[in-house]
Amino acid sequence: MIGPRRGIVDPSSVSTETIQLLKPDGTLSPDAEFEADLKKDDLLDIYRFMVLARRADAEGTNLQRQGELGVYTPLLGQEAAQVGSAYALDESDWIFPSYREMAMALMRKIDPVDIFHMFRGTWHGGMWDPREHRFALLSVPIATQMLHAAGFGIAAKLDGAKTVALACFGDGASSEGDFHEACNFAGVWQAPVVFLCQNNQYAISVPVSKQTAAPTIAVRALGYGFPGVRVDGNDVLACYAVAKEAVRRAREGGGPTLIEAITFRRGPHSTADDPTRYRTDEELKHWESLDPISRFTKYLETEEIITEEFKAKVEAESKELAAHIRAEIVGAGPRPSHELFEYVYSEPSEILRREEWLLYEELAAREDSE
Amino acid sequence: MPQVTMAAALNEALRYCMREDSRVIVLGEDVGRLGGVFRITDKLQEEFGEERVLDTPLAESGIVGSAIGMAMYGLRPVCEMQFDGFTYPAFEQIVSHLAKYGSRSRGRMRLPVVIRIPYGGGIGAVEHHSESLEAYFTHTAGLKVVTPSTPTDAFSLLVRSIQDPDPVIFLEPKRRYWIREDVELKPNGLPIGKAQIRREGSDVTLITYGPSVRTCQEACEEAAADGVEIELIDLRSLVPLDLTTIMESVRKTGRAVVVHEAQVTSGFGGEIAARIMEDDFLSLQAPVVRVGGFDIPYPPAKLEDVHLPDVDRVLDAVDKVLNY
Repeated sequence: MIGPRRGIVDPSSVSTETIQLLKPDGTLSPDAEFEADLKKDDLLDIYRFMVLARRADAEGTNLQRQGELGVYTPLLGQEAAQVGSAYALDESDWIFPSYREMAMALMRKIDPVDIFHMFRGTWHGGMWDPREHRFALLSVPIATQMLHAAGFGIAAKLDGAKTVALACFGDGASSEGDFHEACNFAGVWQAPVVFLCQNNQYAISVPVSKQTAAPTIAVRALGYGFPGVRVDGNDVLACYAVAKEAVRRAREGGGPTLIEAITFRRGPHSTADDPTRYRTDEELKHWESLDPISRFTKYLETEEIITEEFKAKVEAESKELAAHIRAEIVGAGPRPSHELFEYVYSEPSEILRREEWLLYEELAAREDSE
Repeated sequence: MPQVTMAAALNEALRYCMREDSRVIVLGEDVGRLGGVFRITDKLQEEFGEERVLDTPLAESGIVGSAIGMAMYGLRPVCEMQFDGFTYPAFEQIVSHLAKYGSRSRGRMRLPVVIRIPYGGGIGAVEHHSESLEAYFTHTAGLKVVTPSTPTDAFSLLVRSIQDPDPVIFLEPKRRYWIREDVELKPNGLPIGKAQIRREGSDVTLITYGPSVRTCQEACEEAAADGVEIELIDLRSLVPLDLTTIMESVRKTGRAVVVHEAQVTSGFGGEIAARIMEDDFLSLQAPVVRVGGFDIPYPPAKLEDVHLPDVDRVLDAVDKVLNY
């Protein structure tokens, strides 16, 4: 075995410890450094967001199977990583999502319908106002949104503001050049950015072992001059505690943190994917046994924080949410076609105006012939 | 009015905007202490500090991607790409995000980012330092593409680009950085989207932009000595395109030649030729002729003079449309 030697940074000497506050059976496992100092209402709020997210997510898959969405990228299994991490933010902080962060969007009061409209093909990116919700539009090209978070964080720092940017990405994104450039930029300015990697083990079909030879994704933070930390991504309390510490450091001028939340995407990458081609039933069953909502529910029950009445209330709310989603999405028509031209520039160019007119005539002729 | 170079006019435009609006910041490689490899950002860091003139790590996707985030925050970033050929790593951020965010956000979040790119050949540079990349950007909806040809326009167009609500690719003809003229340093020129007639004439319309404007001006003078009066249009912005000025001139002369340094195939000249033909074919006395670089990778410095359109190549094209 190669031991530490002068002048050598040895990958084998890196910590691969994963922070955990809740054991898989829902019992507390206190940590000396990380603490989830949450009040009862917060704990119930977190439970509620996780349950609502799971229900909305299931509706996404259903709607796709029924032909109402072109495609959908489920988050099943990643509820704790998303809700726990985002719960550590202030409302004025910004979230820069990839395309799987519906649980976080719900927390930012974004109607899931406005996300499903992207997957339905109504409008690219989503239908909400990013400034109103401090939630950037969904970003499909992998890792690109990390640079937006880095730039946003740098701007906040230059401005002397206390705003924090949360950059969401996956294990596959850590191989992209923009991952490197974003971490490096944020590191150089020691910007208030929290990089949250939801390591869900697969980038479509390719396992994380083929993305990097580094012992962990968290350790890569060292190359950018800021700390990295691994957390049990199915333990919502640990995700919250670790993110809270990262957000605190960022807000106080301590610079970025790279969080690697170890979790598992139990569904397909997208509804167009077939995970049976690249992973085993045993693997799936193992991760099902680590389900983040069951674990947290057991904890809430054991500690007598949650009542059957509250659970029933959230269940009813999630059914209402699903009904609302169905009512809004099923059979929803397209946007008026003139909008395609309206937003390209602040003022449409002469060429765009001509093309809009051309389309208008085409559509009028189509109506006449019908 | 002082005599200033295009480089100095661009520098003054940045200074003017930074004094006017504290949201304007400059970022790029070597733009701070050094003042940029072409000194376009000279002494800006001295005046505005490291908070507004940012020497970035050497990473072009990082520059543009972080500028997008800065614009989301509410700043108005002006990025410098050190050379045309180093813009390509930023291409994804430009095409997939910068150009599209206005549309994607349904007009709620426009990104007022300017990307300054020194472009074109003629300075005897090494590989990757002489590219004409305008067509990549004119082919991308959501970007404005602007290119000045004189110090006066360089000042005025850069100020207008920085003040514009939409993302602007600002192409600086690097071989014209050192041309001088009397410049009134006020943003009083024509707006973005208006072409300028540099010379009036009745025989042929010559349409060009950026570094080729000067070449075409020389061609106009030689032609005039032979009794041919060329009307010279400097487009100034490729997107939006001033079709009105182009068509008025072509209807008058009945003949048009388009000139640029970029290779002809899929070059912007093809776009102009097609627009003229579609808009008023019958006003033409001859087919529109395109003049440009050859369809080759940009040549080594010792051969660039045979590649770049020169006065003779322009005049040959003028003869061709006159003698059709």
